[in-house]
Amino acid sequence: MTEPIITFDKVNKWYGNSFHVLRDIDLSVAKGERIVICGPSGSGKSTLIRCINRLEEHQQGRLVVDGVELTDDVKAIEAIRRQVGMVFQQFNLFPHLTVLENLTLAPMWVGKVPKAEAEERAMAQLKRVRIAEQAGKYPLQLSGGQQQRVAIARALCLTPKIMLFDEPTSALDPEMIKEVLDVMIELANQGITMLCVTHEMGFAKAVADRVIFMDQGQIIEQNNPHDFFDHPQSERTKDFLSKILGH
Amino acid sequence: MSIPFVAIEARPAPVSTEGLVPWMRRNLFGNPTSTVITLIMLALALLWLPKLLNWAVVHAVVAANADQCQAARGTGACWGVVAEKYRLIIFGRYPFEQQWRPLVATLLLGGLLVASCVRHFWRPQLALAWVVVLALFFALMRGGLLGLAPVETDRWGGLPLTMLLATLSIVGAFPLAVLVALGRRSKMPAIKTVCVLYVELIRGVPLVSVLFMASFMFPLFMPPGTSIDVLVRVLVGITLFAAAYMAEIVRGGLQAIPKGQQEAADTLGLTYWQAQRKIILPQALALVVPGIMNNFIAIFKDTSLVTIVSLYELTGSMSLALNSDSNWRPFKIEAYLFIAAIYFAFCFSMSRYSLWIEKQLSRSKNR
Amino acid sequence: MTARSAPPPKRDWSLRSRAVRAVLYQVLALTLIVLAVWFLAHNTLENMRVRGIQSGFDFLGGPAGFDIGEAAMPYESTEPYWKAFLVGVLNTLRVAITGIVLTTLLGTLIGVGRFSANAIVRGLCYGYVELFRNIPVLLQLLVWYLLLTEWLPDPAEPISLGGLVFLSKGGLSYPVPVWGLGQGLAALGAVAGVVGGWLWAKRARTHFELTGIQKPVLLPTLGLVLAGGLAGWLAGGAPMAWNLPKVGDVAVEGGSALTPEFISVLLGLTFYTAAFVAEVVRAGIASVPRGQAEACGALGLSKGQQMRLVVLPQALRVIIPPMTNQFLNLTKNSSLAVAIGYPDVVSISNTAINQTGRAVECIALIMLVYLITSLSTSGLMNWYNNRAAIKER
Repeated sequence: MTEPIITFDKVNKWYGNSFHVLRDIDLSVAKGERIVICGPSGSGKSTLIRCINRLEEHQQGRLVVDGVELTDDVKAIEAIRRQVGMVFQQFNLFPHLTVLENLTLAPMWVGKVPKAEAEERAMAQLKRVRIAEQAGKYPLQLSGGQQQRVAIARALCLTPKIMLFDEPTSALDPEMIKEVLDVMIELANQGITMLCVTHEMGFAKAVADRVIFMDQGQIIEQNNPHDFFDHPQSERTKDFLSKILGH
Repeated sequence: MSIPFVAIEARPAPVSTEGLVPWMRRNLFGNPTSTVITLIMLALALLWLPKLLNWAVVHAVVAANADQCQAARGTGACWGVVAEKYRLIIFGRYPFEQQWRPLVATLLLGGLLVASCVRHFWRPQLALAWVVVLALFFALMRGGLLGLAPVETDRWGGLPLTMLLATLSIVGAFPLAVLVALGRRSKMPAIKTVCVLYVELIRGVPLVSVLFMASFMFPLFMPPGTSIDVLVRVLVGITLFAAAYMAEIVRGGLQAIPKGQQEAADTLGLTYWQAQRKIILPQALALVVPGIMNNFIAIFKDTSLVTIVSLYELTGSMSLALNSDSNWRPFKIEAYLFIAAIYFAFCFSMSRYSLWIEKQLSRSKNR
Repeated sequence: MTARSAPPPKRDWSLRSRAVRAVLYQVLALTLIVLAVWFLAHNTLENMRVRGIQSGFDFLGGPAGFDIGEAAMPYESTEPYWKAFLVGVLNTLRVAITGIVLTTLLGTLIGVGRFSANAIVRGLCYGYVELFRNIPVLLQLLVWYLLLTEWLPDPAEPISLGGLVFLSKGGLSYPVPVWGLGQGLAALGAVAGVVGGWLWAKRARTHFELTGIQKPVLLPTLGLVLAGGLAGWLAGGAPMAWNLPKVGDVAVEGGSALTPEFISVLLGLTFYTAAFVAEVVRAGIASVPRGQAEACGALGLSKGQQMRLVVLPQALRVIIPPMTNQFLNLTKNSSLAVAIGYPDVVSISNTAINQTGRAVECIALIMLVYLITSLSTSGLMNWYNNRAAIKER
């Protein structure tokens, strides 16, 4: 049994003094595993994945990513961020740079990669998400779906071992969701470890190895997609599924 | 088989992050630089604060006694100059016994302005109230009727003059600014050019030059033999100046209205002026209330410049009060602090109000 | 169906056509304006005839007949009026340019200070902005002038800083080098150093793009500037002559001096405008969405790289237009120097009006000076805006 690539060990997080947002999280993610996390809003699912690359800090418990324990140690955080890529709900592309420049920024300035090589890698990633012809455009000149695909390519440029998706399609118009999900499904089938917070249950059924349901800061239930959707165990899970799969 | 579900109850955080001590730890001693700065500031405060308090409060002379003040020079502030000269500073050269008139007039105008800021009073009667209060203001200040002794406009001064100039110029600038803003957005080249020229010309030159123009050149513009009151001249100058800036603010609001509004108005068959009056302008003006408020604050401060053309508003009347009296002349700094405090009180509260209005407007937009 | 070109527009000359009405309205508006201008001009000429006021710009050639307190170029009272105006313009530029540089530095510091980790620094910056914004600039100028002329010691007993710089009611006296070949070459050398530094920076950038390794840029540039200056100075014979101020019987003599009028106008304008610049800087930095910082974090960029590559470029786009506005405001506010006696162009124009009565011409002249400054700055700003704008669909 190989070492899990991400381990949450009794992780707790509070906002302020009283809002207990992550409660005793125990979670192991194997290399190459694809996980979908769902749950009502405010359940802590975004907070959970944002702890993995230290965009949020946990106050109690142990969190180990790719063999490195996440603490305040700056070097540890830098090492982890080189292996973890993130895609945001609001894309967060840099509007003053072209698409190509958005992708080459981190490899050049963090990875110390020469410009020509960085651009080559960037074009390869843009081809991978099928948006290579937009390389010279500015982000605000593209549609939402195109921008999110650029964001995925930008995260992939650092060749991460783990990809985190924080509700990647929630800010998109319905007709653009499919193009982004297709890219994510292709990615999932190429062996990368993925944690995805989403409401897109079709995606979960197609690709996930494990679906996790969270509510009020705890992991309520986790199972493979087939058993999760067809035989939910907990009352809360059943309640949630009936709400989102109902229409 | 059901998983037994065990709910985990919320627990308090192990290390407190709220409360005074954690706040101080984060905001005063967060990192080494911050700690050093906090300590240096505390040291400076301990060094200077007692001296300042000594000068301003402990050894200060409050009585209107020039000799006491002279004796305390260097060790204590002479607030007596305020006690002695405040009426001259606030009311200018208005005849001493009649100063209840500018007092009442100022209070009326101030009350009107405050009422206009409160949403509760935004009714058609407000416009009527404006007309009435302004008429009363002029009647009280000018006199010559109902047994009040007439007082020429060049005797008006101090705070009433500041408020009058600021209020009237904004009120007069507003319709002009709306017309110019609409003209600038019009597709008719002649009208657009005239409006652009006006705005760019006025915004490119300092208020002082506009006041000089008003002071020296307006008498030449009038038919020979007629004379024009200095107050009117200055008022026209400030109004023209304020209108150019306000036109840009209104234009910004007009630009923020989506094109669909004009299109909807057109499909309903409204004429240009109907569409502007009923649909475009109400929305645009609601958007720019904070901007207009800021313009009012700027004009309120700029009225201090009329000192340069010999109208003695608050700043000017202070210089007048002290320059002519050698007993009190050494204590100019205290008098300056006094009128600085008056300006600050007015402008700070107006800017707070403007921020509050902005929050109100953005809240109603986000709903 | 192939595309065809558009048919020619139909011309309809009825009164109900929008095009015809537009022309009518404009003709009406222009006629009104022309009438109004004619009315004013006619009155003006009549009044000037009645009062015996002469018109024309010929007075500019005549002798000015008044002294100017401080001048950047040699000037006597026998010089013509146009030279007096030129001195005024130079004085305005002197205080405006120095003011703009100082206010940018101070305002940026305070604007950035509003985001400091230390609550006392944040509070002080907020207090500064509110205090200096809400008091009229004329009042601030008068207060500074009062402080400088009443609370500084007499010129006979100035405050001495290291025996080289003297501060008194008469102004601030400081040593200046006697300008000779050596100093000139030193200046040239320093300029050569700046050019060299710029070339070095370009080379470092190419190197970075080729290999990904960053070479230091700031220190070598500084070194080049200093080395260039030193080399030029040595080449000119290493002159050491200085014009040192000394305390005389009634005043400080020698050296170069900044008058209290100049200092109070400079300080008053700087402190007032810096409050507005601080607000502009604060708004600019706050306008960059937090998601940008998060994306930088997720990509592994350091805080410094985040500020330099992502936050500042976006913030500057928001900061520069209102900042230029503040620069223009500072330049226009320098006209208030007339209340203190600093001989800027408005002050000199005032004297000219009092002496010659040519109000229209003099006022037109100062308006022209300010207009040229404002319009050229606005033009530059628009060009920058169009170039740097974030491109959207």
